[in-house]
Amino acid sequence: MPYFGSEETVKELKRALSNPNIQSDRLRYRNYIFRVIRSMTQGLDVSALFMEMVKASATVDIVQKKLVYLYMCTYASLKPDLVLLAINTLRKDCADPNPMVRGLALRNMCNLRMPGITEYIQQPIMTGLRDKAPYVRRVAVLGCAKMQRLQTLTEIDATIVNELYGMLRDPDPVVMVNCLRALEEILQAEGGVVINKPIAHHLLNRLKDLDSWAQSEVLTFLLRYRPRSEDELFDILSLLDGFLQSGHTPVLAATLRLFLQLAAEHPAVQVDALVRARGPLLNACGAQSRELRFAGLCHVQKILKSQPGQYGAHYKRFFCSYSEPSYIKFRKIEILVELVNDENVGLVLEELRGYCTDVSLELAQAAIAAIGRIGRMYSEKCLDILTGLLGLKQEHITSAVVQTFRDLTWHCPQSTVLVCRAVEGCEETIQDAEGKQALLWLLGVHGGKINSAPYVLEGYINGLKSEMSSAVKVELLTAAVQLFLVRPAEMQDMLGRLLQYCIETRRVIQGPESDPSMGVIIGRPEEPVSNWVSTFNTLTPLCGRVTSPEPTTSGCTNHTTQNVVADPLAGTSEETEVYTPEDKQGVIGMSLGPTLLHEDFERLWLELKLSLRENLGFPGPRSSPETLQAALQLVKMQTLAFSRADTLPWKAYIYTHCSGTLVLAELLQPTAEPESDGMVLSIKQKPEDRQVLQEFVAVLKTVLQTLIKGTS
Amino acid sequence: MISQVFILTTSGDHLIYKDFRGEAGVDAIRTFYEAVTALSGDQPPVVMVGLGVQSHKGMHFVHVKQGGLYWAASTKSNPSPFTVIEFLNRLAALTKDYCGSLSEKSVRMNFALIYELLDEMVDYGYIQTTSTDMLKNFIQTETMSSKPFSLFELGNVGLFGAETQQSKVAPSAATSRPLMFTRGDQGGNEIFVDVIERLSVIIGSNGVVMKADIEGEIRVKCYLPGCSEMRIGLNEELSIGKSQLRGYGMAVRMDECSFHQAVKLDEFDAYRILKICPSQGEQTVMQYQLCDDLPCAPPFRLFPTVERDIGNSVALNVSVTLPIPKGSVSLSQELSSPDQSAELQSKNKALQWDIPRFPGGAQLSALFKLEVPGLSSASLQEVGPVSLCFELPKHTCTGLQVRFLRLTPTQPGSSQRWVRYVTHSDSYTIRI
Repeated sequence: MPYFGSEETVKELKRALSNPNIQSDRLRYRNYIFRVIRSMTQGLDVSALFMEMVKASATVDIVQKKLVYLYMCTYASLKPDLVLLAINTLRKDCADPNPMVRGLALRNMCNLRMPGITEYIQQPIMTGLRDKAPYVRRVAVLGCAKMQRLQTLTEIDATIVNELYGMLRDPDPVVMVNCLRALEEILQAEGGVVINKPIAHHLLNRLKDLDSWAQSEVLTFLLRYRPRSEDELFDILSLLDGFLQSGHTPVLAATLRLFLQLAAEHPAVQVDALVRARGPLLNACGAQSRELRFAGLCHVQKILKSQPGQYGAHYKRFFCSYSEPSYIKFRKIEILVELVNDENVGLVLEELRGYCTDVSLELAQAAIAAIGRIGRMYSEKCLDILTGLLGLKQEHITSAVVQTFRDLTWHCPQSTVLVCRAVEGCEETIQDAEGKQALLWLLGVHGGKINSAPYVLEGYINGLKSEMSSAVKVELLTAAVQLFLVRPAEMQDMLGRLLQYCIETRRVIQGPESDPSMGVIIGRPEEPVSNWVSTFNTLTPLCGRVTSPEPTTSGCTNHTTQNVVADPLAGTSEETEVYTPEDKQGVIGMSLGPTLLHEDFERLWLELKLSLRENLGFPGPRSSPETLQAALQLVKMQTLAFSRADTLPWKAYIYTHCSGTLVLAELLQPTAEPESDGMVLSIKQKPEDRQVLQEFVAVLKTVLQTLIKGTS
Repeated sequence: MISQVFILTTSGDHLIYKDFRGEAGVDAIRTFYEAVTALSGDQPPVVMVGLGVQSHKGMHFVHVKQGGLYWAASTKSNPSPFTVIEFLNRLAALTKDYCGSLSEKSVRMNFALIYELLDEMVDYGYIQTTSTDMLKNFIQTETMSSKPFSLFELGNVGLFGAETQQSKVAPSAATSRPLMFTRGDQGGNEIFVDVIERLSVIIGSNGVVMKADIEGEIRVKCYLPGCSEMRIGLNEELSIGKSQLRGYGMAVRMDECSFHQAVKLDEFDAYRILKICPSQGEQTVMQYQLCDDLPCAPPFRLFPTVERDIGNSVALNVSVTLPIPKGSVSLSQELSSPDQSAELQSKNKALQWDIPRFPGGAQLSALFKLEVPGLSSASLQEVGPVSLCFELPKHTCTGLQVRFLRLTPTQPGSSQRWVRYVTHSDSYTIRI
């Protein structure tokens, strides 16, 4: 950082430091050294004073020594030749009778990061390893690691490695832990320090003597150890048991991770450990330090993925406090959504309702979205609250509520009637593009049930010229067409005007894409613990998305096409069994009806066992998913959901009724190379019928292959 | 492992910068500062700086905010967040112990001391020790204190109430002074035991307590140069857990408690005595929680007014925040005494009513009239919930008491022992 007048300051300091009068006055001399360090911290380049500072290192004043060493370590790489002048003093200090001086000198000598220093530090380090003062040994052990890093190209010194392995038995606990750390760094290329059975048990037995920092670090090293037998495993677990209740959060987290990893084969033990660690983790979530709180919350969130029921009774601990920063509040809202159950749903919703009128717009919108997500399970209560919020007539609230309504009708159709009633009259308040899109989508898809729908659309069509967002225009066009199909008389005129406008402006309207999020699997299948345990107690859970608790909102705008295509066709097929006589597959009758709802599909998919998994050996069709959907319709297979054409892994969910059985299928294109890997087909069937299954696969294959030929 | 540790002011000035591993340069600080201040509001404690700057690729910064300063650590590995956060908190706490208070000024004045601390606490990015007992042998720099300390200085008294000296309550400022290790002059023979409770309450619109949590801790701040053992006696009828019941009278109950590593608990089960050899400086001896089942009525109640129902005590610095409808333009108020104040914060859409001193058992009332153009019935939904912020000295909501405090061996001269109680509001919310 360029500093105003920096050269002047350096000159002045230089003059003062070389003034013999000042040098003889200890306090004044020290004060000038203070000023040098202060300037250094502020970013001023004071490397020009190196010579003077080296001189100042020859002193009995330890404070002064420490400061000078700090200075030297900072600038060593810039002035390697001058550092050699200081080496002598440092080496002399390494033989000082006072262990503190010895340790200080050795530590700083190893910290001088410059090439060629190794030859000077090797001898003092080896002596330091055998020093009688533990303080010096601690420094020397880490010195080994520093030395190794300075000479990256040379081979690992086996004598040092052996010496360090031997020193794991050192009576001083910090020396022991430092040995582990040093070995880890030295042997990095070979996979780090080896934890064999004797070392593991030695570490476990010493655990009680260590301070909490060392404990959590040793516990992390132990993750590497695999017990040989069940008995040994349970011996270790019972030794660690006490640490699960530790009041020191780092130790608790490290223990919990070790527990979960060791007991990977014993889910019951894992659950038990999670239960026992619940109390201390909850305390971390309420800790005075809000940063610690945040870390605790992020980890609880991970646990909830596997054990949603665990924290249900403690939901009040996750209510937001008004003084908390927003990053904590967002996490808490996410957690509240995940732990909601029959008992607490009322109070959780009441609490969330309170956040909806918060000063912070983001928080209010997050709370509304959260209510919407709870609404997928408890739609009635949530709809009441959301409808009530519309009464406030505030832009951001209304917009968020309408967006939530859209997602809600998408995921649970039973809420449609109430939503249609509530949504009337919202159009005056909504100003932002996101909200308008959501409203238009609702008007288009459910316009038949909303009385005022044509008039609202008319309002938008009349104001078309002032509309900036193209996404809103596209949505408007779709909605107008959709509504025209349902209420032609009212819509005809304005649709004409709209089309006129579109033609005049020659704006090509790109078709919206399909729903990229697998709308089917929205529920919470319980994740196995192993999915997240490898990142537990690391920084990973704290990174990543923070602001938006509803990650799929952006994707929800793309519901449109799918429904447009699916609805009219599904309407024509009715519930009759249609035979396709010209094909040999016609032997079995497949039918589309009765229609399977998304949630039913999802429930069945999770319930049923896999009947068949087959690699089809050819890639997925390059044609658009809509074509695929239409093609499958012809052979009476209903596509329920599919990913966007260009996403990978690409998935599609299909179902059909066939000779009294229901067949559910998933198509999965896992990797980016369509040539190397074929699509994987998984089928679940209820009730089982082998013959039907084979017929189904044959039909599906034919359709897919035909499509591939057609496009290539 | 930690790569660098630095302390920044909110305006981005470097107060302390120490590089332990030489993995990244000083400019990492700027990268961090830009990342943390890029958005308004507080940022979560872990900031990842990935792409862009090549030398900082995949670098994580963990920071805590204390005393208006950023205490940050950078790392290239993926360590436990709990460890790094706790370490930074500990560093801040030690700085407070050594310098007396935590502020930009005290850190600036004692930068040499903090460098010394860091040098002993961390080597090559690995935490070596953070215990005051160990560190005091190595720390040589003397504290520079901005103001000379005197226990009987009148300026200190106000914080904990005016009747400080008469009622044998030490002023809270008494502990904001540096530990003096080498000199045994005035004030060297003191020990403070603080019972601090943080109350978080939600009261429903019908007056029913919906949530009441207490998080408490016993904190010992020790200035005694050599103290081998201290015994803290708590209420004998203290029961822990839901089922356990002790004694016949009103039991003091807590759900869970945990103790500092050094506490010996051999007499705890029978007599509720904690034995500890306190090291100099501040440490939390015991932490406890109580959920949902308050032994006493919550200290504040609000009908249209706020009512107090605790006798013989004072609440200080009470502030009531009431969200109000958007677009309120003016406020007229009727307050019951001149030292109170109320203001309309249109930015926060709230009304804040400050009461500097609130005598126990008293009832205060205030009438606020707001002018809201275009008021609809729905706007009324925007009113509330009311949040209260307060400090109750000499009171614990659990009823936890320190029966006695004995030091062995008996200190030569007059050692002063202080026991103080205080309850803070963590989150005290009343729905309307």
